[in-house]
Amino acid sequence: MKIYAIAAAAIGLSAGMALAEAHTQTLRLGTEGAYPPYNFINDAGEVDGFERELGDALCAQAELTCEWVTNEWDSIIPNLVSGNYDTILAGMSITDERDEVIDFTQPYFPPDPSVFVAMSDDLDLSSAVIAAQTGTIQASHVAEMEGATLVEFATPDETVAAVRNGEADAALADKAFLAPIAEQDATLMMIGEDVMLGDGIGVGLRESDTELKDKLDAAIDALKADGSLNEMIKKWFGEDAATFEM
Amino acid sequence: MFAACTDPDALDGLAWLGCYLTTGKHMAFYASFGTVLLLLAVTAPAALLFGYGGALAARSPVAPLRWLGKTYTAVVRGVPDIIFFLFFVIALDQAFEWLRHKALCPGWDQPIRQGNDFLVCPEAKLPLSSAPQWVHESYGFALAVLTFAIVFGAFAANVIEGAMRAVPRAQLETAEAYGMTRAQVTRRVLVPQMWTYALPGLGNLWMILIKATPLLFLLGVEDIVYWARELGGSKTDIYAYPHPDWRLWYFLGLLVFYLALTRLSEIFLARLSIRVGRGLDGQGTRDLEVQG
Repeated sequence: MKIYAIAAAAIGLSAGMALAEAHTQTLRLGTEGAYPPYNFINDAGEVDGFERELGDALCAQAELTCEWVTNEWDSIIPNLVSGNYDTILAGMSITDERDEVIDFTQPYFPPDPSVFVAMSDDLDLSSAVIAAQTGTIQASHVAEMEGATLVEFATPDETVAAVRNGEADAALADKAFLAPIAEQDATLMMIGEDVMLGDGIGVGLRESDTELKDKLDAAIDALKADGSLNEMIKKWFGEDAATFEM
Repeated sequence: MFAACTDPDALDGLAWLGCYLTTGKHMAFYASFGTVLLLLAVTAPAALLFGYGGALAARSPVAPLRWLGKTYTAVVRGVPDIIFFLFFVIALDQAFEWLRHKALCPGWDQPIRQGNDFLVCPEAKLPLSSAPQWVHESYGFALAVLTFAIVFGAFAANVIEGAMRAVPRAQLETAEAYGMTRAQVTRRVLVPQMWTYALPGLGNLWMILIKATPLLFLLGVEDIVYWARELGGSKTDIYAYPHPDWRLWYFLGLLVFYLALTRLSEIFLARLSIRVGRGLDGQGTRDLEVQG
């Protein structure tokens, strides 16, 4: 009985809204909100970071009304394909595996190196316990490393916490995320060589949304051409960050 | 929040802490305690309704209804909660959208399933993608309540059915002998007495429900666990209030909240069971005449 009541209420409620707002299509932008400086929830409780600024600029460029939605990293792809939001801007690297399930626009961020952080620099990575976030390119990289043991965590912050409390010997994540952490915490340091993973970061879309993909690709082109994308990258990732060639 | 908080870097000590604890993010954290309490307040009666319906169906003389009641409790009780929560909510959401799609977009000629994508016409989206964020959040919350009610309703159905069986058969037969119909026997004799037997089991379920509320987090509702983890994680200088890993303190706060809630419930349930047990002896039969 309750099901009918809720269904009826929901249908009634949204049917009313459908009439009122049939002409305005809102694009819902999904992000994780836990990966500074790419995206994070600021102290006012709003989505902030590089991708917030970029997403707003893309929407202005493509003349779309946009709304930000946060979702757990774990279920960020399933919720996109079932239609709870329309795009993913969450520092998600373009990989072949993901490309089978969803589509990506052209990259809006060049391939960024990943680094290891650890408590000491004489750690032997080939036999270490290494923390990475579940379902990331870093997690698959560690899984393929000979001799290393992978421990997965739901959020990037927890991978660093695992290193601090000794649960893992090292953590692997994007350099842009780990560099400020290693800089501000005297006990942590970046070790080993940079690892190049992925083909850059793009906007994730449903495979059927070809029209939206064209629109966003065009908007990214425009932001690349007038240099504003490179400016944004420099603002959030520092002057030395990799940018797109003009 | 306050005028003094405009430049957090210049603050220290208590002033810093005062400003820190009143940021917009913390306000959302405090509000999420209300979300949890609201979930409990709505889910408990809803689950009880499901349980009551399930128990009556399982005892029904009509065979299909009886099968339905028994299947409901058996299936839901047998499936692990987490699987149920992860699968059911997406399935339920898609079922609603599919129904609306059939009703609202008869002219739609494209398939709903294209590869991995689930596509209904824009008018059938629930809520509409143009709806404000609070509608999306309320919808997510309503789905959560419904899922909780179905899961806990199955357990409640089992408890209530057991309690109904515990009411002495002789009493029901006596009522029938007085010429009452089956419905009258249920309403006047069975139900009033079965609460006494059901209460310990239902009280148990309530305690489990309290402790299950962090599952809200799995359903994508931003509850106290979500905010505790988000606020407690270490913060670099990119945030206005940088701090090391404080998750321990936030989760300690949650521990106190949950302990207080379960303790209050225990006190209340103990009183309630004395209240409904009045006039019953140890075996649960009415023995008013013995007291006289």
